[in-house]
Amino acid sequence: MRGGYFKEIFDGSKSLVVGMGITLKYFFKPVVTMQYPMETVAMSGRFRGHIELLADEESGEAKCVVCGMCQKACPSGCITVAGEKVEGTKGKKLTLYRLDFTRCSLCGSCVESCKFGAIDFSKAYNLAGRDKNAFIYDLKKRLEEKREK
Amino acid sequence: MNELTEPTRVLLFLAGIIGFVALNAAYLVWVERKGAGHFQRRIGPKEVGPFGLLQPLADGIKLMTKQLFHPANADPVLFWLAPVLLIVPAITSFVVLPFSEVLVAREMNLGLLMIFAFASVNVLSLLMGGWGSANKYAVIAAARCVSQNIAYEIPMLLIAIAMVMVAGTLNLNDIVRQQPDITQWYVFRLSASPLMPVLCILFFICSLAETNRAPFDMAEAESELIAGVYTEYPGMGFGLFFMGEYANILIGCALTVILFLGGWQCPFGLYPGVHWFLLKLYFLVFIVVWIRWTFPRTTFYSLLNLSWKILIPVTLVNLLVTAAFLKVFCDARRLF
Repeated sequence: MRGGYFKEIFDGSKSLVVGMGITLKYFFKPVVTMQYPMETVAMSGRFRGHIELLADEESGEAKCVVCGMCQKACPSGCITVAGEKVEGTKGKKLTLYRLDFTRCSLCGSCVESCKFGAIDFSKAYNLAGRDKNAFIYDLKKRLEEKREK
Repeated sequence: MNELTEPTRVLLFLAGIIGFVALNAAYLVWVERKGAGHFQRRIGPKEVGPFGLLQPLADGIKLMTKQLFHPANADPVLFWLAPVLLIVPAITSFVVLPFSEVLVAREMNLGLLMIFAFASVNVLSLLMGGWGSANKYAVIAAARCVSQNIAYEIPMLLIAIAMVMVAGTLNLNDIVRQQPDITQWYVFRLSASPLMPVLCILFFICSLAETNRAPFDMAEAESELIAGVYTEYPGMGFGLFFMGEYANILIGCALTVILFLGGWQCPFGLYPGVHWFLLKLYFLVFIVVWIRWTFPRTTFYSLLNLSWKILIPVTLVNLLVTAAFLKVFCDARRLF
């Protein structure tokens, strides 16, 4: 036993009072919990959701030039890109950009490999589905749906 | 109150006391959960009704609609008698508690003694419940409960004896009448014993331990003993234990208010009455909640050590000091 009998009583009582002081201070501080389904937290800038196609600001079309670098860079083979040549324009036009999110590990190699800044991580995290196919995204369709809104 | 006939008065007080206990048990759970939430910077109940105020109602309906059954090996008589034996003395004790000068069911000249007599039935009920459940956790909890309650009843009674020596009466209403303003409150009556403020705190600690509240909640100790004595109780059996626990908390706080904090008297002598009593009572109840969500449960040995090595010696010394002070100062006053 460290200290004497009375010292122990005194130290013990003091620590109890200090503890109660701390909890009282917290009692009057605002609550920090978030009522999740009713309110959601804004994701931080470096949050990695599944990838999303970015649109060209002028035309509104996808920036993607169908070079296929992301498809090659993906270690899990999640990405399928397809394009076609349109007469009278330069380069290819994107016809399909499919992401199989069930196999994606969010490594970010696709985003890194894209020289045109055409893909980026989304901030979506409320992801739930009834079957596997719910996570195979057609990103081109998503982009068009977003544009319509 | 005098114009009411005796049977009406009895019925009114009976209904009033049972209503008060039931309402308080229900809403102290709400206070407890709200308090627990805010001490941990959460919100607490909020979905049922505004501010979760209908939560106790929902809990009550849930408890009451549950099937009542007892374990196969349990002793049905002990098992079902235990919760009743906890709630009945708790309600009976309210008979002598003075809510105000006139709002007291029966002003008894042995009021304090009666409350202590009924309060010690509490431990018998927990022992019966634990033993009757035929469950090892319940039996362990019951054994702990008994040694804890015996350990804490001694300092509590020693403090009560000192208070009775000072007040010269066991009538709770008379004790309150002796404390008309804050300087006369027994907690600050240093001429009776210089240890009075300490005694008030010790009495409060003992009443926490007597009602098995955290950090002394060895009877429940959910992390070690599932739910302790309450493990096997379904539905309203558990509900009665719960009500009894909160009723006992109220009695403990009410006794502290009456003995040390001037009961229904106002601190500055203005408008004494039931509002002052309730104000002080609920302030202490808040402290009980505050303590529960601040301190972790103690180990069983330090729990007993606190009582046998600190509380009992201090209260014994106090008994001598109080006797000496009374002899020296009060007798001297009588001489001059």
